Amino acid sequence: MTTPTQQPEQPGALPGAMYTSPIPVRPTHLGHALASEWTKIRSVRSTVWTLCVFVALVVGIGLLVGWKTSGETYTDVPYTIPALFGLMLGQICLITLGVLVVTSEYGTGMIRTTFTAAPQRHRVLAAKFLVFFALAYTVSAVSITVVGLATAAINEIPSGPGENWGTSVLLGSLYVSLLGVLGLAVGSMLRHSAGAITAMLGVVLVPAIMPAFLMISPALRGIGETMLEYNAPNSLSALFGTAMYDGQAGGVPQLLALLGITLVAVAGAFALLEKRDV
Amino acid sequence: MIELSGLTKRYGERVAVNNLTFTVRPGIVTGFLGPNGAGKSTTMRMILGLDRPSAGDVRIDGRHYAQLHDPLRQIGALLDAKAMHGGRTAYNHLLCLAQSNGIPASRVTEVLDTVGLTPVARKRAKGFSLGMGQRLGIAGALLGDPRILMFDEPVNGLDPEGIHWIRNLMKSLAHQGRTVFVSSHLMSEMALTAEHLVVIGQGRLMADTSMADFIRENSRSYVTMRSPERERLLDVLHAAGIAVADGPDGAVEVDGVAAPELGELAARERLVLHELSPRQASLEEAFMQLTAESVEYHAHDGDPGAVRGGPAPGGGATSGGEGQWGAGWGGPEQRRRKG
Ligand SMILES: Nc1ncnc2c1ncn2[C@@H]1O[C@H](COP(=O)(O)OP(=O)(O)OP(=O)(O)O)[C@@H](O)[C@H]1O
Ligand SMILES: [Mg+2]
Repeated sequence: MTTPTQQPEQPGALPGAMYTSPIPVRPTHLGHALASEWTKIRSVRSTVWTLCVFVALVVGIGLLVGWKTSGETYTDVPYTIPALFGLMLGQICLITLGVLVVTSEYGTGMIRTTFTAAPQRHRVLAAKFLVFFALAYTVSAVSITVVGLATAAINEIPSGPGENWGTSVLLGSLYVSLLGVLGLAVGSMLRHSAGAITAMLGVVLVPAIMPAFLMISPALRGIGETMLEYNAPNSLSALFGTAMYDGQAGGVPQLLALLGITLVAVAGAFALLEKRDV
Repeated sequence: MIELSGLTKRYGERVAVNNLTFTVRPGIVTGFLGPNGAGKSTTMRMILGLDRPSAGDVRIDGRHYAQLHDPLRQIGALLDAKAMHGGRTAYNHLLCLAQSNGIPASRVTEVLDTVGLTPVARKRAKGFSLGMGQRLGIAGALLGDPRILMFDEPVNGLDPEGIHWIRNLMKSLAHQGRTVFVSSHLMSEMALTAEHLVVIGQGRLMADTSMADFIRENSRSYVTMRSPERERLLDVLHAAGIAVADGPDGAVEVDGVAAPELGELAARERLVLHELSPRQASLEEAFMQLTAESVEYHAHDGDPGAVRGGPAPGGGATSGGEGQWGAGWGGPEQRRRKG
């Protein structure tokens, strides 16, 4: 019995030169990744569903509330305030969508195909962030604007701060979209849909619930108050000029805090992405 | 051209791929063989830059995978038929891949046609059968009309027609001057498609040889003899200076002497024979033998009598002539033959 030996043998004569494709070669850039990610996000049902639920919540509840209010309500709050109630629930939709944009790829194994097609992983992730953010921001801004316009039309318009509802549209949309971006970053780090969604629900809910317990102890009171001020529902309310807790600052510090946390998470997602095996 | 040099991958204590050095050349189909857990998929993932090697290096036409700016134009790969989002239609799945490499959308329609999925182009992939998923994966590999193609067990789950189609596809791709690298468990499959062979076992290189050489060196022909007077048979053969080996169930195996000669010898000695059959060891057996030391999920080596030919409980019998090359060897019994 002979064992096949290793031999650096030249197998058969090569039939002519190496194959050259007739398709012209163009160097790829971020634009290609953006187009690809846009196709991905628009071509799955989970996107359509989460966004439909979001719009239904924000616009549906918003119109209902706007219809039941009268002009005096808006003497010191913007017309968009009816959208706030829908946003409190709707932010969960954007978080879920943000998480799913990346974890669904890990769950299905698509991520291997994706990174085989585009080994510049940071470019893929950047495109995901940009496409998701643009989509989430556009949808929430349009929804809030629709609610604002409808409320203004239904109710009689007394002049006052209520008219300046543009800021609430811009900043409110930014806040919920950033929560979604944070979800995407967390999803990219955890690579697991259920894990990432749970983690994000914790981020939204724990600071809203914990203060009730923290306030009991005088030592923890400080932390409790910070949580009360910076939790997602209160931050959103503050951006709409009606903070449940200590709203003088108008929500900008809360928005900046979320921006900071999100940037850190995004940086973490990029750092881990290059290190780990897929 | 794919060049591996000293490629190694460790998962904790476990060495999945151990110092692999070989080159996959253009113009031919190169088969990549190894038993379960040998490290074939891990090697392919490292070639594609998905897993980082613990040591060593792999280059595609001289460059690292991460340096490729339009990888689908250079190398098309099918790793796992289900590596796609089930909620996306076949067309959109391919479209997002095409867009990421700046490939025109018209090419998507072309490859869908090539693999025969045009009728289900607008159907979601989650409803696809295994074979359809495999075809969609292959469409993705062909999308960029690449110079190098890599398939991880492409015939898995395909019906005979699909297997035939893949074989011809791989051959024609290689014929056009492309590099084709395909993994398999089945020597029989490779014997039909591959011109060159790389065999690994437990992550180590066991053979890097042309298919023709492998067949020449490994398809041992021998003669099985069986007699009620086994001891006398052995004596007779010994006296004639013929080397013997033990076969299964008391049979005697003779290498290098033709059956007619052995029959005449027995007749001269008035020896009753119950069997005198010329045999050819299958390539599958040669492959098993080559990787036997490295088979990971080893059955016990007991039962010295039944070394060859006894049908393994889990799989088909592996002995026999060329006609049985297709016999599976997936059974849990992977015994080493005495040689
Ligand atoms: N991510 C991982 N973490 C830990 N061990 C791994 C990982 N991936 C592979 N392995 C181990 O590396 C070894 C090689 O696995 P691999 O999948 O490459 O084998 P294979 O040759 O493709 O096998 P098969 O023929 O069954 O597909 C196996 O023992 C496996 O357990
Ligand atoms: Mg494998």
